[in-house]
Amino acid sequence: MDLADQIAQYMVSGLSTGAIYALIGIGFAIIYNSTEIINFAQGELVMLGGMFTLFFLETMKLPLPLSILLAVLATIASGVLFERLTIRPLKAPTPLSLIIITIGGSILIRGIAMLVWGKDTHALPAFSGSEPIAVGSATILPQHLWIFALTGIAIVSNKLFFQYTITGKAMRACAVNRRAAGLVGIDVRRMVLFSFAISGGLGSLAGIIVAPLTMTSYDVGIMLGLKGFCAAIIGGLSGGIGTVLGGLLLGTLESLGAGLISSGYKDAIAFVILLLILFIRPQGLFGRAQTERV
Amino acid sequence: MAVNREIIKFLAMVVVILVAPLLVHEGYLINVMVFIGIHTMLALALNLLLGYAGQISLGQAGFFGLGAYISGILTATHGINPWAAMAAAALFVTFLAFIVGFPILKLKGHYLAMATLGLGIIIYIVFNEAVEQTGGPSGLSGIPNLQVAGIVFDTDLKNYYLIWAFTLAAMGLALNLVHSRIGRALRAIHDSEVAARVMGVNARLLKVQIFALSAGLSAIAGSLYAHTMTFIAPASFGFNFSVELVTMVIIGGLASIYGSLLGAALLTLLPEMLRAFQDYDIIVYGLLLIVMTMFMPGGLVKGVPSALSRIRGKLQGRPVPHA
Amino acid sequence: MKYLLQAVTTLLLLFTTSLAFAASSTIKIGGLFSVTGPASFLGEPERNTAKMVVDEINAKGGIKGKKLELVVYDTQGDATKAVQAANRLIKDDKVVAIVGPSTTGESMAVIPVAEKEGVPLISCAAGSKITDPVKKWIFKTAQNDYLAVNKIYDHLNKKKISKVAIITVSDGFGSSGREQLKAYAAKHGIQIVVDDTYGPKDTDMTSQLTKIRASQAQAIICWGTNPGPAVIAKNVRQLGIKLPLFMSHGVSSNKFIELAGDAAEGIILPTGRVLVCDALPKTDKQKSSLQAFVKDCKTHYNAEGDHFGGHAWDAVMLLKGAIERGGDTPAAIRDQLEKTKLFAGIGGIFSFSATDHAGLGKDAFVLVQIKKKDFVLLK
Repeated sequence: MDLADQIAQYMVSGLSTGAIYALIGIGFAIIYNSTEIINFAQGELVMLGGMFTLFFLETMKLPLPLSILLAVLATIASGVLFERLTIRPLKAPTPLSLIIITIGGSILIRGIAMLVWGKDTHALPAFSGSEPIAVGSATILPQHLWIFALTGIAIVSNKLFFQYTITGKAMRACAVNRRAAGLVGIDVRRMVLFSFAISGGLGSLAGIIVAPLTMTSYDVGIMLGLKGFCAAIIGGLSGGIGTVLGGLLLGTLESLGAGLISSGYKDAIAFVILLLILFIRPQGLFGRAQTERV
Repeated sequence: MAVNREIIKFLAMVVVILVAPLLVHEGYLINVMVFIGIHTMLALALNLLLGYAGQISLGQAGFFGLGAYISGILTATHGINPWAAMAAAALFVTFLAFIVGFPILKLKGHYLAMATLGLGIIIYIVFNEAVEQTGGPSGLSGIPNLQVAGIVFDTDLKNYYLIWAFTLAAMGLALNLVHSRIGRALRAIHDSEVAARVMGVNARLLKVQIFALSAGLSAIAGSLYAHTMTFIAPASFGFNFSVELVTMVIIGGLASIYGSLLGAALLTLLPEMLRAFQDYDIIVYGLLLIVMTMFMPGGLVKGVPSALSRIRGKLQGRPVPHA
Repeated sequence: MKYLLQAVTTLLLLFTTSLAFAASSTIKIGGLFSVTGPASFLGEPERNTAKMVVDEINAKGGIKGKKLELVVYDTQGDATKAVQAANRLIKDDKVVAIVGPSTTGESMAVIPVAEKEGVPLISCAAGSKITDPVKKWIFKTAQNDYLAVNKIYDHLNKKKISKVAIITVSDGFGSSGREQLKAYAAKHGIQIVVDDTYGPKDTDMTSQLTKIRASQAQAIICWGTNPGPAVIAKNVRQLGIKLPLFMSHGVSSNKFIELAGDAAEGIILPTGRVLVCDALPKTDKQKSSLQAFVKDCKTHYNAEGDHFGGHAWDAVMLLKGAIERGGDTPAAIRDQLEKTKLFAGIGGIFSFSATDHAGLGKDAFVLVQIKKKDFVLLK
């Protein structure tokens, strides 16, 4: 097989991994934009999505579509609960205390998941079989199509929500200026809660659609969360297309790095690129310059 | 007057640390206290950066690991004198941090957190992947103990005094630093970098210098760790440990030298006390992080006295002074 | 400062009083297992098995009338924590012997402690450097990785396959396997044409496998523990690679078949005998041990007997034998351990000597193939 065919496969694999990173990254960006919080527990919400689905499917014996729906709802509830219990009561939040609290939250959620569901890895059934599909000289699985489709739908509906609904507009207002948003009568705290709910939903969705390919266990959230964070930073923490491109770029670079340079160092390659981007364009590759960050 | 009080405080602590092993009969506790010493040094190094200069680092474990690995590889593989190896490790890591410090410390808040985190992960991956040099995930063994004038530091008690000598020296250095002009400049940066710049503080250079100092101290701690344990493996230098160090600083108290000691002592003893909880300790740990940050943002050093005075105030029926 | 001192002293007091003191009518042994953390797939079954064996022994009246007491600490896969826990076991709990740690790295870290304090330690990790060179107080029960490697290579020789691709996980388990795969390849006339790794938390290995597909390799050997190998098996199917796929004993449980699903079909791997114990001939010396182990696992935990748990079973039973023969002081246990001959355990048949503290022969592993979602003994 020649190099062009290999590279085609690397690109296809990279794009499908990147779509997941993008979905997780958008969760980061939504919370950041309405609250200036980087939610280090975002990866745990991804994990919860997969584990809840498994719980409803295997333990409660519900059909898959219903399990997925319930899992998304349960994860949203967890995200909201987390915000209400730990972030809202804070009297004087500083970036540092918020980082520590969300890290604490991620450890806590992971610990609870470990105790409730054990340390085993579990597999979800693929949504529609596992017969490979040829794309040119590369192959993908039906599950990859689900990933692309659901990521696309999630991003578009996200865009529509923020562009055209009152709540979405209110949340954007909070992102621009919280004080001013509060003064014109927007309930800022509610918007914060909403942002946790939405990113919980997106995160759980990401966790659910990858689980048939990658399996799931109580500790899958750490690495997925970090990669999603990377995607968001590359995209300049934008809630839209920037982060999507960031995720796809990260996934492709990783896949090419593993195939062409060194599989052992592929994560290092991803992080070196992240550092370079931060050094050269701290506003992200696709973000607009903002003085606050430099 | 204030200076004298500082000196008395410090000397009191030195005496406590010198006699502590004599009061402890459990041989095993001395081993724990050795680790408290190493962790105190690491927490102190991070506190200079985080507490005084207000710059977060989530990659401290990387510098700690670099110190340990450089020292370990130079002595175990190349047979170089351990003291020389320690000096080489400290110098190299300080220099490295100084170089990467310029671009990294341009960043702020979450961006700085992400950049330092990324740096820590890159270093960790190198420990794992450079199998020829580091021994890879199964670790590097055969690192010699340190020795001075024929005394080999090969027991817990000897290592206790060795490590605490270094830790106390670092604490003394830090105390001097924060009470000097540099310390005041750092606090100015912490409060408002722009204002500090206007007042003529070269904020950027100073931040990088503190970053390098912090990395260098961590590297020395790493070297001490390697020569005490005589074995090192990558798992001890991962992201989790970086978070643990940040926790030590926050729980002990930001911008407090003694807070670093308290935080390190608490978090090193905590797993020992949580043994009763078995698998639940991860939950307790996560809860502790959240609860401490929510209700005792000043750390134990400020939180405990203010809580005590509040209780005392309640008992005597006086109105509570605001803490 | 006063408050600080107060706080520190209260902490220390709390701490010392929380330590329990042992009654002398029991024999205390220690367990160091990575029950949580990345190596929990080893530590948890080991801890459960060790507890189970000790309970079984005590239920039958203990050893020479004395009850066994097992003190277990979780090392979380971290060398620092392992050393702290080993110190506590020896100096505070005053155990007469230690079972564990679970990983090679942790074992190497605690060896100096056990050697210095003179307490016998039976490691449950596979790395051959634990007992090579032989150390006075250190033994181990897990089969050396090269035994598994040679089992695969012998099979490849039989099938006249000479070019292989290896893909190993970048943790202690995988890197030890990789080292042995490379070390023994030339001896079997096998050439490694692709040498690739993947991270323990990686979710897609098609890049590495695409590279392998484009190479000259005639077979793929994957060295890892769940879930990575299951992802690889699925990726191999996705890419339509028809090469024979070999795995390590790291996935020798039904869990792997559950995770990999249809993709597991046809995979060949070396494993201890526990997985196929019912299929063994009656003359097999290990059969009674194996069946007892599997039955106990079923009644205590309703779990299938686990290859890794077997390491702890062997270690505790070896200790029991040594204590029965020579008494319960650390020195006597060590001497008797070294004299153990032909003990038929879970991992194989152990015979220790002054020059061999690993004690297992070449036949500790068998090759099995996954057929119709079950493991079938490969002749």
